[in-house]
Amino acid sequence: MKKHWEVLVVDDEPVMRESLAAWLAEDGYTVDTAESGREAVTRAAAKDYAIYFVDLKMPPGLDGIETMMEIRRLHADASVIIMTAYATVDTAITAMKEGAQEYIVKPCNPEEISLLVGRIIKVKNLQRENLILRKKLAKQYSFHDILSKNPKMIEIFDLVREIASLRSTVLIQGGSGTGKELVARAIHFSGDRASKPFVAVSCAALAENLLESELFGHERGAFTGAVERKRGKFEMADGGTLLLDEIGDISPKLQVDLLRVLQERKFFRVGGNEEISVDVRVIAASRVNLQEAVAAGTFRDDLFYRLNVINIHLPSLRERREDIPLLASAFVERLSHELGKAASELSEGALRVLVDHDWPGNVRELENAVERALVTSKGHVLDEDDFAFLRREAGHGNGWAAPDNMSLDEIERQVIMATLNRTAGNVKEAAAALGIDRSTLYDRMKRYGMSRTGVE
Amino acid sequence: MKAIRLVRVGDPSPDLVDALVVPLAEEFGVPCSIDVRRIDPLFAMHPERQQAHSSQLLAEILRDDGGGDHLLGVTSLDLYIPILTFVFGEAQMEGHCAIVSYHRLRQEIYGLPHDGELLESRLVKEAVHELGHTLGLRHCEDWECVMASSHAVEGIDLKGWEFCPACRTIVDQERTVSAL
Ligand SMILES: [Zn+2]
Ligand SMILES: [Zn+2]
Repeated sequence: MKKHWEVLVVDDEPVMRESLAAWLAEDGYTVDTAESGREAVTRAAAKDYAIYFVDLKMPPGLDGIETMMEIRRLHADASVIIMTAYATVDTAITAMKEGAQEYIVKPCNPEEISLLVGRIIKVKNLQRENLILRKKLAKQYSFHDILSKNPKMIEIFDLVREIASLRSTVLIQGGSGTGKELVARAIHFSGDRASKPFVAVSCAALAENLLESELFGHERGAFTGAVERKRGKFEMADGGTLLLDEIGDISPKLQVDLLRVLQERKFFRVGGNEEISVDVRVIAASRVNLQEAVAAGTFRDDLFYRLNVINIHLPSLRERREDIPLLASAFVERLSHELGKAASELSEGALRVLVDHDWPGNVRELENAVERALVTSKGHVLDEDDFAFLRREAGHGNGWAAPDNMSLDEIERQVIMATLNRTAGNVKEAAAALGIDRSTLYDRMKRYGMSRTGVE
Repeated sequence: MKAIRLVRVGDPSPDLVDALVVPLAEEFGVPCSIDVRRIDPLFAMHPERQQAHSSQLLAEILRDDGGGDHLLGVTSLDLYIPILTFVFGEAQMEGHCAIVSYHRLRQEIYGLPHDGELLESRLVKEAVHELGHTLGLRHCEDWECVMASSHAVEGIDLKGWEFCPACRTIVDQERTVSAL
């Protein structure tokens, strides 16, 4: 009872059709029949069969070869066995050239046909086992769409399960593309708020006043352009979870407003005087290290403490290289389907390139790389050449060359100057970026004769 | 399955038909007897192939609804279905009719001297096999099981008369169900 393969028998002669169908049924296959090429194509469109037996000589319109070609248009890997009554070399050659897996001459020796079918099924079985194995593997390491077998990540999965049903705020920190939003979703969907809304806002994208109305909503006429009353994200997320992404980017004024909502669970719409109460679990995410921002004075410590009740730090992809093959295969499987590409596997060479790459953009960058490779790929296997662009990019990125005849002092002077220019003279920020404390930075600035805005 | 009735198709050797009765009764645990009906196979003969169309013979046997009995046609004729050069037998899957031929079970076909005992044992295996199909059994992966598929006598000689434990369970279930 281990076979569940489905076979389609296509023949316009009822006797032929039925007798082959009955014979295959004894062998344990589930058999469908079609009395014309048209019907065969309709059936093939509804589902893919393991094997198609197609009679060569059928009425004009859709003969055997044309039927086979239509089926292969639907399922590129379809196994088609062409049945012919006369063994002319010509028809056999045509059939094979057009992609028939095999052809048989009627009447056919039962042993021959049995071996033929057995051989095709054996290959299909292997393919299916591979697929099942891969799916099982993916499932085993999957937690709400996050794939990992890295111990740190598995610890995070456990933590997420534990805290899912609490109302405490969560702060998720990690580089860009490490999957902060996925973790936030996992928290929401594994807890008892799962049936309520999950709302995400990126605080980076919007100007202060826009973000304010985005979060808290506004009353009609609150400001120019506020032609209608609008509900904010806090109201939309009532009963559920609100993800504030890139929280490190919000202005000091909004930091105060947010603090108030977290403390009192109440707020006013912009331009409104009715106080609104909500039950929202807040999850904040940040790409920059908020603790450092607090130390640098750009982020309120009281807000940080409120957000940081549960802290999750997501490792970079570099820190979980063992996940790269798992993630890459999952992306190939999903994206090849979406892009309509045949590639379903990564060669060992390709995997080596991927595992060795540094992935500054983390999992998202890996996904983009797989997509880019798939778009230009031709065959069934993605190999290292398909990922050649990674090497070129890495070459540019790491290709920092020391300038000729430059002393260490001069290099240091230039780096400090460039950093101060970038922070518009903000010494606190520049010191944080350079990884030294403020007094050290002042020392150096004095040594190189610099003011806050650059060289004197 | 209440009982098994053997329907002679054409003019099979009485000794061979006789030889089926006791083994089939024992294997299926129901009475087995030779039916009074005999089918004239002429209508199913293919003039060029000199073979009888087994599906057509099966259809003829099927005209008797059996009344709870399973019917097994036995013939000395070479059987075929249009797509294949020959078949040893054919069964109505989960039905009540089957047919079996001993034409190609004879050593003489392969240029070897007659072996009555071997022929009898091959015929019993094929009869059990086809009746197994009428109980809904499909080909079995266990090569020693009587339900293993065999397209050559070598394969038939390799397997036993009996059902493997898995197939046996289904046969026994069928029997209990119809006994109720
Ligand atoms: Zn069989
Ligand atoms: Zn078995």
